[in-house]
Amino acid sequence: MKTIAPGRKRLVNNIITYGMVIAAFVILQVLNAGGMLSPSLQGQLVPICAYVTMAISLNLVVGISGELSLGHAGFMSVGAFSGVVANLSLQSVLPSGPVRLLVAMVIGAILAGIAGTIVGVPVLRLRGDYLAIVTLAFGEIIKNIINILYIGVDENGIHFSTQNEMALNLAEGGKAILKGPMGVTANVKLSTFTAGFILVLIALTVVLNLVNSRSGRAIMALRDNRIAAESVGIGATKFKLTAFVTSAVLAGAAGALYAMNYSSLAAKKFDFNTSILILVFVVLGGLGNIRGSIIAAALLYVLPELLRDFYDYRMLIYAIVLILVMLATNSPFFRDLKGRFQEWLRERAMAKADAKAKGGKGHE
Amino acid sequence: MSILNNLINGISLGSVYAIIALGYTMVYGIAKMLNFAHGDVIMVGAYVCFFATGQFGLPPLAGVLLAMVVCTVLGMVIERLAYKPLRQSASLAVLITAIGVSYFLQNSALLLWKSDPKVFTSVVGTGSVKLFGGELTITHVAIVTVLACVVIMLALTWFTGRTKMGKAMRACSEDKAAAQLMGIDVDRTISMTFAIGSALAAIAGVLLCSTYPSLMPTTGSLPGIKAFTAAVFGGIGSIPGAMLGGILLGIIEIFAKAFNTNISDAVVFAVLIVVLLVKPTGLLGKAVREKV
Repeated sequence: MKTIAPGRKRLVNNIITYGMVIAAFVILQVLNAGGMLSPSLQGQLVPICAYVTMAISLNLVVGISGELSLGHAGFMSVGAFSGVVANLSLQSVLPSGPVRLLVAMVIGAILAGIAGTIVGVPVLRLRGDYLAIVTLAFGEIIKNIINILYIGVDENGIHFSTQNEMALNLAEGGKAILKGPMGVTANVKLSTFTAGFILVLIALTVVLNLVNSRSGRAIMALRDNRIAAESVGIGATKFKLTAFVTSAVLAGAAGALYAMNYSSLAAKKFDFNTSILILVFVVLGGLGNIRGSIIAAALLYVLPELLRDFYDYRMLIYAIVLILVMLATNSPFFRDLKGRFQEWLRERAMAKADAKAKGGKGHE
Repeated sequence: MSILNNLINGISLGSVYAIIALGYTMVYGIAKMLNFAHGDVIMVGAYVCFFATGQFGLPPLAGVLLAMVVCTVLGMVIERLAYKPLRQSASLAVLITAIGVSYFLQNSALLLWKSDPKVFTSVVGTGSVKLFGGELTITHVAIVTVLACVVIMLALTWFTGRTKMGKAMRACSEDKAAAQLMGIDVDRTISMTFAIGSALAAIAGVLLCSTYPSLMPTTGSLPGIKAFTAAVFGGIGSIPGAMLGGILLGIIEIFAKAFNTNISDAVVFAVLIVVLLVKPTGLLGKAVREKV
């Protein structure tokens, strides 16, 4: 009996998470169909899905695997720009929008996965804050490289250059897709809310199944005590890399989805601040808590939008909310206060029960 | 000659990084936290000096001193309100709080001083020394920056090695519980570390804006991140390491810029990665052996 209980709890937990996402999707679709969403919120549905996926995938690295990564936007960037290149160069071969979106997302995911492997193999040898700073550095390098990259396409295939548009040597009728610091300026929008929803579900399935598998338990064991885990034969590099690359793949797909929602996009969109934004979602949602990540990402992404009336002050309010939430959830003073409040509630409940019991006796 | 010119510019920029990195490294050494708001303290210091010398007509030196005082108070207030309640918490919680403080400072600056860049007047004038018949130019700002860096380095070495407070800092960074048992007021020592780090940030802000005279609410973030990498590069927690890391980083950046402006940041970060992979605790960092 006792051996079944944790499994059942996990199942219920997962069902709640899936149910929450599906319910949110259905409600938003109904509201959208009824025209009850403001245009600005409508425009944010796809980015919300992309950022929810980013938060889920980063939680896999930071929460489940316990490695602080400050360069997650780099993988999003790789996915976004490779997705755009795939989208625009396959336009004539694959006329169907959804199919091209799928292909772009798969290509984005694969390239981000490759980048994740290249970054992960050396980086995961480092520990703690050093690992954090190297992921930060990789994020900046990826941003810098995309910033000087020119990619164009013509009938001979894809051309690369790091100089300028002329150096692409495009044949007649070819077009430049990525133009260095200007980024992409003529993307064809493909993303839909439904596609975003499906991506969130896929990310959720992948991460929850990984966490609840043998590999997931190995990853968490390494997080809790690396030396003890290694001493019972769990290979640190293999499992940490599994988590890291899975996370990068999901981030790449999310990046492609995000990019396909805009007609123009530059590399500086995916800078250090974006990585931090996603990290804030993960930490506020609760480390290792996937459902928390989803809720935090969705709420915090629309928070600046909700504060639109206080336009000038909205980021200031955001900062204050962030600090206060961190203090309220972590400071011993507040925790003490909460503990005392709970104690007080319990005592009151007990006193009431006592009084009831006594009163009951009196009646007899 | 251009190599020598670049070298001098690199050392000058590196000196600014080194001064910022000292703040990062001292705070990390003692509080074991990455103070992401440090870069924004730099920006506040530069603005204070800008308004003091520009609008209130104070002499440059008074402007710098005022900036140092304001930043010192700011650093201590931030520590007291935002970081002290979280001293026993997980390091990630403190990190996110520091990011919140950074957002707060940037957006307050945006509201107070608007986003348009201010043209910072150099505190030491725009003069320069010409050597070898004008082939080699060294600006006064560069000379003052390097001198300031050397003086700060010597003063800090003396302070941490000889004074009671400095020794208390070293003791706290080694073992807080043991330091407390020896009668050291740990809270006061940590507060003091933030004060010194923030005062240094003010100096760095003024010197940075004297060299690159465009001042915005986001001026501090990128130098902050780079100085932080410099601190890691040299071995975080080590004062000579921060110095060495900062100056090397400045030199690498200027030479990379001379080679190709667009990828200089990528080169800087690539060097950092290579160094960390070869020596995972930085150039002068102590290797900590893990106990089972």
